[in-house]
Amino acid sequence: MSKNWPLWEIFVRSKNGLEHRHFGSLHAADAEMALENARDVYTRRNEGVSIWVVESKNITASNPEHNGEMFEPAQDKVYRHPTFYDLPDEVKHM
Amino acid sequence: MSEEQIKNLEKQFEERIARDEKIEPKDWMPEKYRKTHIRQMSQHAHSEIVGMLPEGNWITRAPSLRRKVALLAKVQDEAGHGLYLYSATETLGISRDEMYEQLHTGKAKYSSIFNYPTVTWADMGAIGWLVDGAAIINQVPLCNTSYGPYARAMIRVCKEESFHQRQGYEIMMKLANGTPEQKEMAQDALNRWWWPSLMMLGPTDAESIHTEQSMKWKLKRKSNDDLRQQFIDQTVPQADLIGLTIPDPDLKWNEERQSYDFGDIDWDEFWQVVKGHGPMNKERMKARVGAWEVGEWVRDAAMAYADKKQERKEKQVV
Repeated sequence: MSKNWPLWEIFVRSKNGLEHRHFGSLHAADAEMALENARDVYTRRNEGVSIWVVESKNITASNPEHNGEMFEPAQDKVYRHPTFYDLPDEVKHM
Repeated sequence: MSEEQIKNLEKQFEERIARDEKIEPKDWMPEKYRKTHIRQMSQHAHSEIVGMLPEGNWITRAPSLRRKVALLAKVQDEAGHGLYLYSATETLGISRDEMYEQLHTGKAKYSSIFNYPTVTWADMGAIGWLVDGAAIINQVPLCNTSYGPYARAMIRVCKEESFHQRQGYEIMMKLANGTPEQKEMAQDALNRWWWPSLMMLGPTDAESIHTEQSMKWKLKRKSNDDLRQQFIDQTVPQADLIGLTIPDPDLKWNEERQSYDFGDIDWDEFWQVVKGHGPMNKERMKARVGAWEVGEWVRDAAMAYADKKQERKEKQVV
């Protein structure tokens, strides 16, 4: 055996107006084959109108062990939310 | 990491699961959680792949075009389900090749039910109705299991599976309402598939070694015996409805329990098949390994072609 087919991540747009969403992954020799296989594996029942394939090794992911320094700083910034601001009751919609 | 640190992490981990939080691939997890999931998920994937063989046997001989396209679509779904599950398992750090290796060397198991032969067309009905019926009962609770990639794969699987059972039941119904020979064929298939289908839901609770831990991790929500009872209670009326008889003389409605009592299961047969002595174990592995080996040149050629195209592209850039 020469070399194994690499792993690809599959993103599918289920209909126009919606974003591509991660559906899963599969193995394929190249991008073209990944698209064809993704069609058969993930859209047998009209689940999509557009497919993106990305070789898995090209994705950089954050490390959940660093979730503290990564995401906690946002927690004490309540002033980023509209409810932080006091308005008189007379102002109905703002 | 010290032993105490690991204990502490394990405690936090169990608490997360108890709170119904999902575990994702890069999260810290106990080694045992990883191993148990690799085992269960890969065996689940193997079952989908080997499960194509008994039905693939009848595609070319389906009695009508309607039956043929349905069976073909069902078998294709099973390939798809195997692929969802293999890629979900790969997120735990095992390669596809290792999993195939484990299947092909017999180190990994697959569902024993696929080691029975499919001798008549009615077997396609019985498999869809009973085997997929039992599989659905097993699989629905897994849509909510703790490991995210497994739960997501199972949601897709369960969505697609219900047509499988309906097409099987329809086949049985047509045969049961057909000529006396057709009805006899349907009854014969039910006779052969009933007990193996009950066994499919796993050993009795007393014998099941994995249940307690699996319940904690939500790999299991109900015990094997409870699932089996659920399967029997839902299937008996379906058999009655199409005039077929469940091959169990001890089967009877228990008014007090509001459930069916049923006869003893031949667990010796179950363990024999698990250990590789079922009627079709050798045949299934021969077909599976054969397909893998015969396909090797195709996989290699595709890779060589992809490499060559890539090289050419790089040269053009220069």
